[in-house]
Amino acid sequence: MGSVVVHLRFDEQRCKGCSICVSVCPKGVLALGEHINSAGYNPVVEAKQGCNGCGMCAWMCPDLVISIYKEMGA
Amino acid sequence: MKVLMKGNEALAEAAIRAGCRLFFGYPITPQNEIPEYLARRMPEVGGTFLQAESEVAAINMVYGAAGTGQRVMTSSSGPGISLKQEGISFLAGAELPCVIVNMMRGGPGLGSIQASQSDYFQATKGGGHGDYRIIVLAPGSVQELADMTVWAFELAEKYTTPVMILGDGTMGQMMEPVDLDTIPIKTGHSEFPWATTGCKDRPKRIINSLYLDATMLERHNQKLQRKYRLISEELPRAEAYHTDDAELVLVAFGTAARIARGAVDQGRANGLRLGLVRPITLWPFPGEFLLAATTGARKLLVVEMNTGQMVEDVRLVVEGRIPVHFHGRCGGMLPTVKDILAQIEEMGV
Amino acid sequence: MRTVFAPPASLTKDPFHYCPGCTHGIIHRLVAEAIDSLDIRERTIGVASVGCSVLAYQYFNTDMQQAAHGRAPAVATGIKRALPGSVVFTYQGDGDLASIGIAEVIHAAARGENITVVFVNNACYGMTGGQLAPTTLIGQTTTTSPGGRRVENTGYPIRMAEMLATLDGSAYIARVSVHDPAHVRQAKKSIQHAFEVQLAGRGFSMVEVLSTCPTNWGQKPVEALTWLKEKMLPQYPLGLFKVWERSEVNAS
Ligand SMILES: Cc1ncc(C[n+]2csc(CCOP(=O)(O)OP(=O)(O)O)c2C)c(N)n1
Ligand code: SF4
Ligand code: SF4
Ligand code: SF4
Repeated sequence: MGSVVVHLRFDEQRCKGCSICVSVCPKGVLALGEHINSAGYNPVVEAKQGCNGCGMCAWMCPDLVISIYKEMGA
Repeated sequence: MKVLMKGNEALAEAAIRAGCRLFFGYPITPQNEIPEYLARRMPEVGGTFLQAESEVAAINMVYGAAGTGQRVMTSSSGPGISLKQEGISFLAGAELPCVIVNMMRGGPGLGSIQASQSDYFQATKGGGHGDYRIIVLAPGSVQELADMTVWAFELAEKYTTPVMILGDGTMGQMMEPVDLDTIPIKTGHSEFPWATTGCKDRPKRIINSLYLDATMLERHNQKLQRKYRLISEELPRAEAYHTDDAELVLVAFGTAARIARGAVDQGRANGLRLGLVRPITLWPFPGEFLLAATTGARKLLVVEMNTGQMVEDVRLVVEGRIPVHFHGRCGGMLPTVKDILAQIEEMGV
Repeated sequence: MRTVFAPPASLTKDPFHYCPGCTHGIIHRLVAEAIDSLDIRERTIGVASVGCSVLAYQYFNTDMQQAAHGRAPAVATGIKRALPGSVVFTYQGDGDLASIGIAEVIHAAARGENITVVFVNNACYGMTGGQLAPTTLIGQTTTTSPGGRRVENTGYPIRMAEMLATLDGSAYIARVSVHDPAHVRQAKKSIQHAFEVQLAGRGFSMVEVLSTCPTNWGQKPVEALTWLKEKMLPQYPLGLFKVWERSEVNAS
């Protein structure tokens, strides 16, 4: 079996920078970015590597910003 | 075939023939024969009769059912119609067809259970909040009550609007021969491009009266007003009786018109040139008809079972061209032929 | 690539208008996920109520009706009686359901009306500016209880789930919360179960979901989740108050 690569996708314009995802991520992967999105918020960014694809951030995001995909690595 | 029927029951049976399979109501005198009749009849035709927890709930059940595009009706009186007003405003705003029956009783407050016409303003001037109108029909006999019920469903669907049948306690309780066989039986429902029925193979639909954006709400109101103008052009209906040579024309609707007609007959027997105009649609008010029917008249006398409501619309129409007098009884008291003729004598024809 | 998490098809693409961190958004998603997984989107008709969630009619990708304040269960009754084969749900706040609309929800439950009610309890009136709701906690400060809710003036918070569970017509009544991922998972199961009860024709189902209102509680979104857990859970215990099991159908 190969390794698993997790891809996080952010629908950035929907993000309201509420930080809920940041607070629930067990791996400390997420943070709010420095830039501002079209709705006027600092949106979520993947600040660190190490996402395990647990999905908790997406479960808790009230605004459907986060999608998660898994890919089997080589 | 003519059968002897109570007004309320003839109306209820006509609704069944018109394809109405959903009724939501709450008991109140003097309209109880309608829900009682339909509680028996609806199950026989596979329809729904549901006694709601209140008139508020009933009118909102009507809203939900009307939103599916099916024919639905509710009936009530006085305080119950007051409670329905928010719902009627929502129905008008969301442009949903339905039939609402008001068998008027005396008010204000708990008033009485006797017949009255004291809800004319409420019915024709809006009743609930917002700039809206609903079609208001005034039956003059048990047969007309039945025929008008069918017409009400047709108008409601044609103009996607609530339609009110404005009867009164006397009209509902009165027994008269009526022929229901002339009413074609409708089965099934029409398809409407707005009905919420589940979005299979089509985009989702929304039944709604909310427009948070002011420009959108103004546009929606303008659309409603265009519809109301169209109704005002197409729909007004009234009946004239001996108006051709009349010097004094009575104007009355519903039960009051029946009494006024008696006054015309008796007055004519006594040599008075009396006539009668009976508005059949109260909104839209048949103003042009009234003008045309009263060109030769020197005076008008409006007879109502209230303290003077339709008389204001009559005055608006004649614009001071001829004097408009008023004769009214209220609180459940009926005008009498004798009193009407006495007033006419006092006025001088 | 395998999808671990993506937005449900039963939501439109419209971004929510809710305040940052408001858990109305999570609850919308859970309802949509339940509709997706039961494959009932094309025969579902939702009823939006009056409150912050009034625009739910834009967000759910199903046919929708918008009801007057408190009357969603009556509107849902009208729809369900007209179209018995449809799946009908209401989405109501606590002012809407527990105050002005309490008669409609009680009687819908008492009739065993075969509809599903999603009841969002955030202990205040969100849309109108955070006024006292019937569910406001004793001592809780709102814009119309500036010194905190006093029992002498406005009495006690209403526990709707417990109350409706006493009615014979209710088939499934649960209270869940969305303050952390584990509870969101539980809430999802519960909402789906409520729809299953309706599909089985068992009668009235309601899921009360404890939710946050960071804006009117005057808290940051993450703090609000903690406040819900610490303050609301003791007043509003989570659990099943009326249980319906699939086995009941199999047995009958
Ligand atoms: C008949 C009527 N009364 C009052 C209002 C004003 N109103 C709009 S929303 C609302 C409160 C909603 O609160 P809740 O149901 O708790 O929902 P939330 O906004 O908290 O999600 C009120 C009182 C109204 N629209 N209609
Ligand atoms: S999936 Fe899990 S680990 Fe990855 S960012 Fe989200 S919460 Fe963190
Ligand atoms: S991704 Fe979602 S949870 Fe995270 S900050 Fe943005 S809106 Fe909040
Ligand atoms: S006011 Fe409260 S309930 Fe309404 S959207 Fe904002 S946070 Fe949510």
